[in-house]
Amino acid sequence: MSTASVANHDTSAHDHHDHEHHGNFVTTYLFTTDHKMIGKQFLISGIFWALIGGLLSILFRLQLGFPDMSLEFLRPILGGWLDDAGHLDPTFYLALVTMHGTIMVFFVLTAGLSGTFSNYLIPLQIGARDMASGFMNMLSFWFFFMAGVLMFISLFIPTGPAAGGWVVYPPLSALEQAIPGSGLGMTLWLTSMTLFIASQLLGGINYITTVINLRTKGMSFSRLPLTIWAFFLTAVIGLLSFPVLVAAALLLIFDRSFGTSFYLSDIYINGEALPNTGGSPVLYQHLFWFLGHPEVYIVLLPALGITSEVIATNSRKPIFGYKAMIISMLGITILSFIVWAHHMFVSGMNPFLGSIFMFLTLIIAVPSAVKVFNYLTTLWRGNLIFTPAMLFSIGLVSFFISGGLTGIFLGNSAIDIQLHDTYFVVAHFHLVMGSASFFGLLAGIYHWFPKMFGRMMDEKLGYIHFWLTFVGVYMVFFPMHYIGIAGFPRRYYSWTNFDFANMYTDLNMFVSAAAIITFAAQFIFLFNFFYSMYRGRKASLNPWRSTTLEWTTPLYPGHGNWPGEIPTVYRWPYDYSKPGAEEDFIPQTVPLSATPESNLPHEQEQVKLEMEIMKDEEEGLVANESKH
Amino acid sequence: MEHELKYIDLVEQPISMHAKKFALWLFMVTVVMIFAAMTSAYIVRQSEGNWLEYDLPQIFWLTSGIVILSSVFLQYGYYSAKKDNMLGLKIGLAGAVILGIAFLVGQWYSWVALVDEEVFFVGNPSGSFLYVFTGLHALHLISGVIFLIIVLISSFRYQIHSKAMVRMEMATTYWHFLGGLWLYLFMFLLLNH
Repeated sequence: MSTASVANHDTSAHDHHDHEHHGNFVTTYLFTTDHKMIGKQFLISGIFWALIGGLLSILFRLQLGFPDMSLEFLRPILGGWLDDAGHLDPTFYLALVTMHGTIMVFFVLTAGLSGTFSNYLIPLQIGARDMASGFMNMLSFWFFFMAGVLMFISLFIPTGPAAGGWVVYPPLSALEQAIPGSGLGMTLWLTSMTLFIASQLLGGINYITTVINLRTKGMSFSRLPLTIWAFFLTAVIGLLSFPVLVAAALLLIFDRSFGTSFYLSDIYINGEALPNTGGSPVLYQHLFWFLGHPEVYIVLLPALGITSEVIATNSRKPIFGYKAMIISMLGITILSFIVWAHHMFVSGMNPFLGSIFMFLTLIIAVPSAVKVFNYLTTLWRGNLIFTPAMLFSIGLVSFFISGGLTGIFLGNSAIDIQLHDTYFVVAHFHLVMGSASFFGLLAGIYHWFPKMFGRMMDEKLGYIHFWLTFVGVYMVFFPMHYIGIAGFPRRYYSWTNFDFANMYTDLNMFVSAAAIITFAAQFIFLFNFFYSMYRGRKASLNPWRSTTLEWTTPLYPGHGNWPGEIPTVYRWPYDYSKPGAEEDFIPQTVPLSATPESNLPHEQEQVKLEMEIMKDEEEGLVANESKH
Repeated sequence: MEHELKYIDLVEQPISMHAKKFALWLFMVTVVMIFAAMTSAYIVRQSEGNWLEYDLPQIFWLTSGIVILSSVFLQYGYYSAKKDNMLGLKIGLAGAVILGIAFLVGQWYSWVALVDEEVFFVGNPSGSFLYVFTGLHALHLISGVIFLIIVLISSFRYQIHSKAMVRMEMATTYWHFLGGLWLYLFMFLLLNH
């Protein structure tokens, strides 16, 4: 009887599947509501933006490393932004820094990372047909797309894109007469970010709803893969912090376009006194960093989740401290909301308040260290398989340690007086947040590429890509610590005019050269990615011998993911190398009653219950059938 | 880890509620966060001095009454729908819509009162904040009124009854939330003025 009902399901699902194939180009690739395709859309746009963001950084690295060089050969791209001697225009330098930050933080590491993997993996790993609302999910992508279009246009307007830093502090960003970038470029920036936030909120509401409501049978919260925990908590952080950025941006828009004085007070510009009175620029900093700091974890947590999954799979060991991982992620989530003022130690804030925020900041070291410890102990004595994804995950752990340690320095309000807004800060967050998250993104692509496209990426190219990038990142950011301690301020067009700075010219050249090599190495990845999409070796159903649900789907899952019924989950996702088991992994879909040889004593108890339940269900099915 | 897994997991579906209702709650969380940011910005800014003092428009008492009354009407409509009392449902919904629009008109007159007091949107942030609070809330309330009108139309098509309550429940939740949000803002202004 039960087989008959399954067969029925099969045929109906198959019809459904066939129907999907009739979808035309527009419904399949553009306005799709399939979470897998939306994830891929985010991925491709993320790659596009990563190239633009990387290219911008190469441009300003050329200026910093080789200030006397003529950039004449870039005139076809830069046009009027070069002066007669072929040097970069100083105001355009500011725009480059601003756009690099905005693009990398928001478009690549927020939308490109959690947009791709939350969309792609949540339904597949929790056992759902799709997101809670496919339509909202589609809107989420197209809002992001429109945000991208506006930001892209702003790169090409005569006054240049926004140039007040990615944090767009007023009054610089609020007054059009301050710098060219505060004109139309800033307006476009604000509009684009508003659309971006709408996209993130639509996505986030969907992720949370899906994780809470659409888990398959048996998939309790204590059986969720750590990736899903990470995506879930990321979405929660986004849901709570992005609205605050809306509030900050709204007041900034009123100041810019309607003449209010929320952030502006007593300003003289070009010899003219502005009428604004009573505003407070520090108010903006509070509002901005209330988003800005959680944003760091929005960027980092998905990467950490991906790493947990990849490291456990490729060490052939259960993740060490599953529960400790969840608790530390929860801890990071909560703490991320009460540390924002450590970005403002030198803003004239009350020093007493500063020391409170210092203590809260240092507490974050505890859950972070727990996570690092768990990664290392998972690797310890594991049967390590060095796939490219595994290498990138280990690279992430390395950056997380080396970048995290400098965070302890920066979190101290006294040391921060010397280090604030120097290259030390730049080095710190590029390692711990930028490179670490970027490596998480790459690890995710290498690991789930076979599921996304049904083919394998080339491993040798992956290894070359990894070593060039890994060494390159350290070559770029390690020297920056020294430059920063020496007192070099960030965002400055040129500082070789100062004697103390002169002796670091060589180091800057070195950094720029390393940056160019690292950027060039990414084209190996690009080639590998697009080549393997069409010509790669065909993947097997479960190439990494992983336990999670996404590997139980067909090679090319249709809209709905599983033909027939959604599998039921009987165990947690980290049953690797269980003593007594035949294979070194047991998928989540294998019932305990099927593995008596490897069950632990308490699991043996559960088997009895499991049998009873199965019997009940069988009877239930029979009863249902006879009713018809 | 595994010790704590209750085997009940196997049979029962995981905790879940209606996905759309849940999404509505999450949306309300984002609205709460916007207003939490705005009101804390108000407090931070106020503590820095150079703060213009003025009287709150008296009409806020009236509009607060109106918004409470509209919630009462809607709740009556909700109960009526549960009992399949179609007339009561329509009266409740229509009453809530009319009172909602009356509330918006009242908020407009609060701006008129502010202008009479020479408190303008452009000027000391103390006044600007009041315009932002009321304006942003009104914007959300307009979305609530549109939602109610949609539900009202579907009630005339007999699409809302005791067996089809999801939309009505969502509209009621959202409307009570918006009313509560206004009462919070008003109390906040009374206490921090």
